[in-house]
Amino acid sequence: MADSVLKLGTEVPKENRLGLKATDYRGGESTLCAGCGHDAISSQIIRAFYEMSVDPEHVAKFSGIGCSSKTPAYFLGRAHGFNAVHGRMPAVATGAILANSSLIGIGVSGDGDTASIGLGQFMHMVRRNIPMIYIIENNGVYGLTKGQFSATADEGSKLKTGVINDLPPMDLCALAVELGCGFVARGFAGDPKQMVNIFKAAIAHDGLSVIDVISPCVTFNNHEGSTKGYQYSKEHDELLQQIGFVPSYEQIQVDYAPGEVREVTMHDGSRIILKKLEEDYDPSDPMQALRRLHKSVTEGVMLTGLVHLQPQKKSFISLLHTIDRPLYALDEAATRPPREALDEIMHELM
Amino acid sequence: MSDSMTATAVLDEESAAGRPVVNDLTIHVATVNGSGSQSSNSVLMRSIFQMGVPVSGKNMFPSNIAGLPTWFTIRANKDGWIARKKEVDLMVCMNPQTAREDVETLPAGALVIYDAPLNCKAIRNDVTFYEVPFAKLAAELTTDSRLRKLLTNMVYVGIVARLIGIERDEIIAAISKQFKGKQKAIDPNVAAIDKGLEFAKANLPEQNKWRIERMNKTAGKIIIDGNAAAAIGAMFGGVTVVTWYPITPSSSLCESLIDYMKQYRIGPDGKATFAIVQAEDELAAIGMVLGAGWAGARSMTSTSGPGVSLMAEFAGLGYFSEIPGVIWDIQRVGPSTGLPTRTAQGDIFEVMYLSHGDTQHIALIPSSVSECFDFAIEALDLAEIFQTPVFVLSDLDLGMNNWMSDPFSYPEKPYRRGKVLTKQKLQELGGKWGRYLDVDDDGIPYRTLPGTDAPSYFTRGSGHDAFARYSERPEDYKSTVDRLTKKYETAKQYVPKPVVDRRQRAKIGFIAYGTTDFPLQESRHQLRSERDVETSYLRLRALPFTNELHEFVAAHDHIYVVEQNRDGQMGDLIRLALGEEQRKIRKILHYTGLPCDARSITDAVLAMEGNGETVTRVGIDQRAATLTITED
Repeated sequence: MADSVLKLGTEVPKENRLGLKATDYRGGESTLCAGCGHDAISSQIIRAFYEMSVDPEHVAKFSGIGCSSKTPAYFLGRAHGFNAVHGRMPAVATGAILANSSLIGIGVSGDGDTASIGLGQFMHMVRRNIPMIYIIENNGVYGLTKGQFSATADEGSKLKTGVINDLPPMDLCALAVELGCGFVARGFAGDPKQMVNIFKAAIAHDGLSVIDVISPCVTFNNHEGSTKGYQYSKEHDELLQQIGFVPSYEQIQVDYAPGEVREVTMHDGSRIILKKLEEDYDPSDPMQALRRLHKSVTEGVMLTGLVHLQPQKKSFISLLHTIDRPLYALDEAATRPPREALDEIMHELM
Repeated sequence: MSDSMTATAVLDEESAAGRPVVNDLTIHVATVNGSGSQSSNSVLMRSIFQMGVPVSGKNMFPSNIAGLPTWFTIRANKDGWIARKKEVDLMVCMNPQTAREDVETLPAGALVIYDAPLNCKAIRNDVTFYEVPFAKLAAELTTDSRLRKLLTNMVYVGIVARLIGIERDEIIAAISKQFKGKQKAIDPNVAAIDKGLEFAKANLPEQNKWRIERMNKTAGKIIIDGNAAAAIGAMFGGVTVVTWYPITPSSSLCESLIDYMKQYRIGPDGKATFAIVQAEDELAAIGMVLGAGWAGARSMTSTSGPGVSLMAEFAGLGYFSEIPGVIWDIQRVGPSTGLPTRTAQGDIFEVMYLSHGDTQHIALIPSSVSECFDFAIEALDLAEIFQTPVFVLSDLDLGMNNWMSDPFSYPEKPYRRGKVLTKQKLQELGGKWGRYLDVDDDGIPYRTLPGTDAPSYFTRGSGHDAFARYSERPEDYKSTVDRLTKKYETAKQYVPKPVVDRRQRAKIGFIAYGTTDFPLQESRHQLRSERDVETSYLRLRALPFTNELHEFVAAHDHIYVVEQNRDGQMGDLIRLALGEEQRKIRKILHYTGLPCDARSITDAVLAMEGNGETVTRVGIDQRAATLTITED
């Protein structure tokens, strides 16, 4: 298997540009099972936010209900967090970002939380293009209720109890592409390097980033016959491309032969470098993305990488034409119309 | 309101003497839904208002866009009694589907204007008929078939005006208002009014039974529906995040709000000081409200019973994790889809205890358009003060019908944003802060907002301790929910107090709330003037109850709780709160989908005082029975 990332730039120093250490981005101690894929994801969230020098106090963490939704307590302890109700995190996050559009939002959900009970809210959040990161920690089972199939479980995969899943899986990446999401990626908890680059790119994106991370459940879906376990996933991981990320403040020249890489400039000036591994994959083409995702299902492989990128798509906040100050901070002077306004309204009603 | 004789008493006496009844009249117009009668009925109502006569208009419409029957009732009353009155004096029959029943259920002596092909005169001979060839008159106005349909309705306004004496100038002014000064729309409508006036003058005998005469009781007043009033209040209350999902009868609240905000809350640079989102459903609407409230915005949504049901889970989250947000419930008839276009007060239990586990919510209950305005502001304040979802219980009758009111007063008080932790407060606390720590002994903790320099915490609907840490410890859970009870106790000092009218010799006390106020006031007047029965009255304006309730009950022998639901929901909440005194509680319940009327209450009280019954269900009579229409 090829390396999933491109080595670019310099080593990260002991302190980031805000003068914070990696430990400043930690959260509480995880209460998940030892070896859980979700913990690997939390580690890469910590790393990405640290390396991108994001002020943790301006981050708002959101989640629904389930094992995955517990994780916001385990990273970025200096950020506010909101563990909402099952499947309804998108609405809560939307409201918070409407109230304070300067927040850097990150939502963590699971396959049950997103693909079943929360599918409607997920789809509408994609449709609205709420500017935040939405990570699905996808393991194909309900862990916290002890191992029932979820709607992303692969056809033919087997529960510990021997029950076979007869229904086709829902592909949340394909769904996000279909609904016009400007940033769609799939990662694997067993590939931290690829994951951290995807997360950094997502931080740089002004719009919704949907990141479906295959995250093995070591307790209920990591056995013979499961298709989202570590071993199976490693064997079936197919890379769409090698990913390199160059933050806006770095002046690295990327030296590749013409036609070998694609470069995508993000909203904040950072650049994503994609090196092709197979056919020339154009991540801005939704049709190609859908075709490639469907093909991976047919072939029984787990396609990972940056599936779809359209960084120029307008976010919901920019469509609302709200004033630059966050709405929550507005006082009477800004939001209470003058006496004459009420007089005028009353006069019209006489 | 005046203390003179009742409407009905006046009517009997005056008509017996052969003199006209002046400025005391109920007009009922039956049309087909979607025929455009709304504008004509508004013009008719407004022209009476401009004559200086107190008036109300109630639209009884089906859950349908076009084709089903609809009625509009206008009550003009010189003494200001504007509750629904069941007896119709002047009927306008335009709908073949209902004409027979409309005529059959009239009291003897009523007047009936009808469309000629309906041949109503054959139905009975104890009412006075006025046959009008509407199709012919409208055809003389225009060849455009669509316009003809609309103008037909304006012709009946002219006919009614001529019969009862509404001045032409006032109708013209009302038309100009209705069509916002657009001459192209005004001209054909004025022509239609004149067509009606002229036809009536030339062809219909004059009547001297009911007259509208100019008086001066509406000068300086406004006409507005409760939903628009709430919207204006919310705008002046500084709401910044509004979410909604369309549902009758609440949609017009947020739609009005959108219109007003576009006009008054967008700066010269085109930037808005608000975000309004049409959500994908009510779950998302309340989720967004709580997300915004959590991040520090003044947020609200508006819905009706079915939407409130969907919001149950989030209401519990808001209560338990202590997040502000305002939810307007414009009540309609339930359960289930119920009667979506009819009015009720049936969501009291639902709102009081919404969600699983032990929950108790604050609710404000406006009973007039001016209270819709005031409580819109108050609710935003209380939500932030108590860091909890606050409900406002309006209903279809208040929200969608037009009401007279004094103009609203400009809010003088600054916003009350509640306990948001500042750096200074943190210092006062010695740097020690717990999100759910009750430092002021009022049950209300300090909160911090994300994205500010205040300390962070983790918000969750699961068990937590005073420092917002996950906890399943028995003592943490118990102290959390006990503190929430204490906070609810504190709320009793903040919610709008009931309005109490205690009379010296009264043994009977009434309790009512919301739109039941209008018929209740009139019923008290009937009891006093017709039977010399003095009553006291306590009008509830909020949940939780306050001490005034207990004092009021203690001071009377019998308490009649009058409300518009089947089970007497508020009555039961009152009984729970009273203990020993609950034996005094009696219930008068009106739940037909139509607004409660005064006579039903008066008759019930008199009967119950005689027979000692504790519950009387009122409101079904011949008239109401005819209004039962099914969609399918």
